[in-house]
Amino acid sequence: MEADAGADGRKGAALTDTIFALSSGAPPAAVALIRISGPKADAALAALAGRLPEPRVATFRRLRVGDEVLDNTVIIRFPGPNSATGEDISELHLHGGRAVVARALAVLGGIEGLRPAQPGEFTRRAFENGRIDLAEAEGLADLLEAETESQRRAALALAGGALSRQVAAWQERILVLSARVEAALDFSDEDDVAPLPRDFGADVRAIRDELAAALARPRAERLKDGLRIAIAGPPNAGKSSLLNALAGRDAAITSAIPGTTRDLVEAPTAIGGVSFLLIDSAGLRESVDPVEAIGIARAQAAVAAADIVLWLGDPRHAPERALLVHAKADLGPPQGPADVSVSVMTGDGVDALTRLLIQRSTALLPAVGEVALHERHWTALRAAYEALSEVQAADPLIAAEGLRWARDALDRVTGKAGVEHMLDALFGRFCIGK
Amino acid sequence: MSDNFDIVVVGGGHAGTEAAAAAARMGASVALVSFDRARIGAMSCNPAMGGLGKGHLIREVDAFDGLIARASDFAAIHYRMLNASKGAAVRGPRIQADRRRYKAAIHALIDAQPGLALVEGEASALRLEGRRVTGLILADGRALSARAVILATGTFLGGKLHFGMTARAGGRVGERAATALAHQLRALDLPLARLKTGTPPRLDGRAIDWAGLERQESDDGSWTMSPMGGGRVAPQLFCAITRTNKRTHDIIRANLDRSPLFAGAISGVGPRYCPSIEDKVHRFADRDGHQIFLEPEGLDDPAVYPNGISTSLPEDVQLAMVRSMAGLERAEILQPGYAVEYDHVDPRILEPTLGVRDVEGLYLAGQINGTTGYEEAAAQGLVAGLNAAAWAKGQAPVLFDRADSYIGVMVDDLVLQGVTEPYRMLTARAEYRLRLRADNAAARLTPKAIAAGCVSAERQVHFEAAQAARARIEDILARRHDKLTLAERLRFPETDAAALVALAPELGDAAPAALEEAIQDHRYAPYVARQQSEIDRLRSDEAVRLPCALDYAAVAGLSNEMVERLSLARPATLGAAGRIRGLTPAALAAILVHARRKAA
Repeated sequence: MEADAGADGRKGAALTDTIFALSSGAPPAAVALIRISGPKADAALAALAGRLPEPRVATFRRLRVGDEVLDNTVIIRFPGPNSATGEDISELHLHGGRAVVARALAVLGGIEGLRPAQPGEFTRRAFENGRIDLAEAEGLADLLEAETESQRRAALALAGGALSRQVAAWQERILVLSARVEAALDFSDEDDVAPLPRDFGADVRAIRDELAAALARPRAERLKDGLRIAIAGPPNAGKSSLLNALAGRDAAITSAIPGTTRDLVEAPTAIGGVSFLLIDSAGLRESVDPVEAIGIARAQAAVAAADIVLWLGDPRHAPERALLVHAKADLGPPQGPADVSVSVMTGDGVDALTRLLIQRSTALLPAVGEVALHERHWTALRAAYEALSEVQAADPLIAAEGLRWARDALDRVTGKAGVEHMLDALFGRFCIGK
Repeated sequence: MSDNFDIVVVGGGHAGTEAAAAAARMGASVALVSFDRARIGAMSCNPAMGGLGKGHLIREVDAFDGLIARASDFAAIHYRMLNASKGAAVRGPRIQADRRRYKAAIHALIDAQPGLALVEGEASALRLEGRRVTGLILADGRALSARAVILATGTFLGGKLHFGMTARAGGRVGERAATALAHQLRALDLPLARLKTGTPPRLDGRAIDWAGLERQESDDGSWTMSPMGGGRVAPQLFCAITRTNKRTHDIIRANLDRSPLFAGAISGVGPRYCPSIEDKVHRFADRDGHQIFLEPEGLDDPAVYPNGISTSLPEDVQLAMVRSMAGLERAEILQPGYAVEYDHVDPRILEPTLGVRDVEGLYLAGQINGTTGYEEAAAQGLVAGLNAAAWAKGQAPVLFDRADSYIGVMVDDLVLQGVTEPYRMLTARAEYRLRLRADNAAARLTPKAIAAGCVSAERQVHFEAAQAARARIEDILARRHDKLTLAERLRFPETDAAALVALAPELGDAAPAALEEAIQDHRYAPYVARQQSEIDRLRSDEAVRLPCALDYAAVAGLSNEMVERLSLARPATLGAAGRIRGLTPAALAAILVHARRKAA
């Protein structure tokens, strides 16, 4: 089912439609769950199963379409409003073959008043009917997308309001500073108000520095898309072999010919509950081959954008903060300093390298329970940071405006501004059927 | 005189006169009803007009051809630009007024206004057909009929005066409280609450030792409140400054039990920002003195208003307290200070037109809505007058918003947040204040006023001439000098009027005020441009209308407190709902989707 069933549908005109979707993973699977929510959920169930079962009782039935038997399976009814979406819900727990699922979805689509759900539409209905609040919805979106343990913890932190609390604390401090400037502007002639205290600028800088620290932390996208590990070094240093060893599969072509890897090869993998994106790149050397030269430029860009660089070449040419890897350790001892020695041939040192990567990752990823910033949050905090940078201006009117802008930017983190836009952005993140 | 009018205005204070004149300028036939013709246009509290935020309101009312700025210029015996050293957006023009000249100016303007009739009498009751107003009944039995009635009764509703521990019913000293009308408003189920305000004793200036006090002279320069008032016409006087001291505070502390404020006799809530002197001494106990401005009340009036010692202490304590201050050792009190308690209507029952939401044809303006100050009253009078007249004539309402005026800020605050203390305008209330300057009020609002049909031909001609002069200034500012245009150079604070004239001598021919306005427009242009995206967002949320009958109790996920606030304010749009204090984004989203579902 595609999400393009009509973006205008989500604008709310047709909220009384009955929607359905496959709510479990892609078939084939042991069981496939199809959910139907809306006023016609019972009617749709009755059309397939005949008599309706008792509410909230898993019931075994033979599903039919005319004379054709669709499946022998378990169905459950959850009458609204005490259901997940607040509407009547019917569930079909089908056998998870592709054909069964495709047939069931096609049959449901043929019933008058039913249509495929759009991404996030079940959650949106749950929210609209007061079953969950917005913070829960946003955390839920992350939770549903979480693939690793660290992602799950970050999502729980967000759902639990950790970011909101941090933002509220900044808001409160900025508000105090605002109040001081406003008093100086509005009551300066009444002598009952002191001019700006000397530590005003220091207070502003303190908040700004905290924002800077938060901005410097890895973003939520890093948790989801993985920390970027660039494997770099001169040609034929064994970069592609190392990538394959870490990924546990042959993601990159390896050969003894220098310059085999030209474009970037990306291999997502999870090590010790942490997502990594392994990036193999062209060997760094002077090249007259224009194609190889492009590959080398890309390699350099990948190194610059990486969270961790594994350097397989001469330590003297290593990029800053790179992990020095002595590859092909079976061929001889390292020529200079090395953080770890690895032989892909013998498997020696691979465990040590993965331990090192996990150790590095903990410094780069949010601590357990710490909030990871999404792109949306990051942009807003960045705006607040820039606004506070202006507060140093001598004109108190401009200082006041900077503080106001900072507060406004922080409001955007909690979604106070642009409700409409935020809702669309938020609910668009859900997978179909959730 | 006919007893049929389009609009009847009750109350001849700053809200009432402005409302009546605005409605008449719109072409409505108007009756202005007051207890006593001679009291119309009286300055009942301090003899000053304008100040921070308040000066902005005066200029905005003037941009609609209102009365307050022209009367202020006629009466001004002292001009002072507050915050003159700070950014232009927070500069507040303020004048001291000769009370008699002020009242005379208002009378002259009212008398000259076609379509506006004065009716002397006590408003006894509204004429109602169900919840529709059809006119007003006076105490002498006379019945006026009208399409709309504007109540601008000030503190007359349930008024109670406190002189020390003695209290009596009344509005201002020597006037009666309109208690009958208050009973009727209660019967209409309009939610009422109680507030208090205070006045200082009036001193006899002839017994003040002026020579020993710090003087504050009238500003140099020629700026005025209105461009239409003929300049500074009255002789200029000086004010003086004295201070309370330890002995003053000791006297006050020793008598706190004789202040109704501390004995609990006053139940209303007073303002945080101009508290009574007993409040100041009690709350700021660490301070050894407070500044007191001695403001002359008139050219040939010996009365002096000591700004900063509002009090409800008994008269003997007031005299001892006054005489403890430098320069006032031999002072005499002409009239003791007193506190007044009064009812106000919770303004959340009002539309942004200041019409009562579910009583057709009833408008409220001024202190009755919980505000304090002449300027706040006058601005509400303007809004109510414009909109009552527009409604009576079947025209579209004349609405203000937070991005176009302080008037818009005030009305929005009142109808959405209500008041917990007397509402006073502050520049801090206006989030878009960089664009809402006192000096660009005409540029911001007069086009709207012309469109509404409420400015005189003379004002329109003057405005168009000013616009043309401004266009000539802009032509010159668009010229490049080195790499930058002159306008771009204005973003650097060191480029002032003199520097501009040095670069483009023909700018020396421009009116100084017009040049200064242009300079400030360009100086803040980058910030104003940045605010525009914010304002666009505001206006897009304003475009999402919420049904008036929305049942907030049925919106899932709202706390009881939010349901109560929303039900009282009944925001007309999603944007308005979002500005209600304490409303969370989640609540707002829930309201939006609930309203959508109802509409679907």
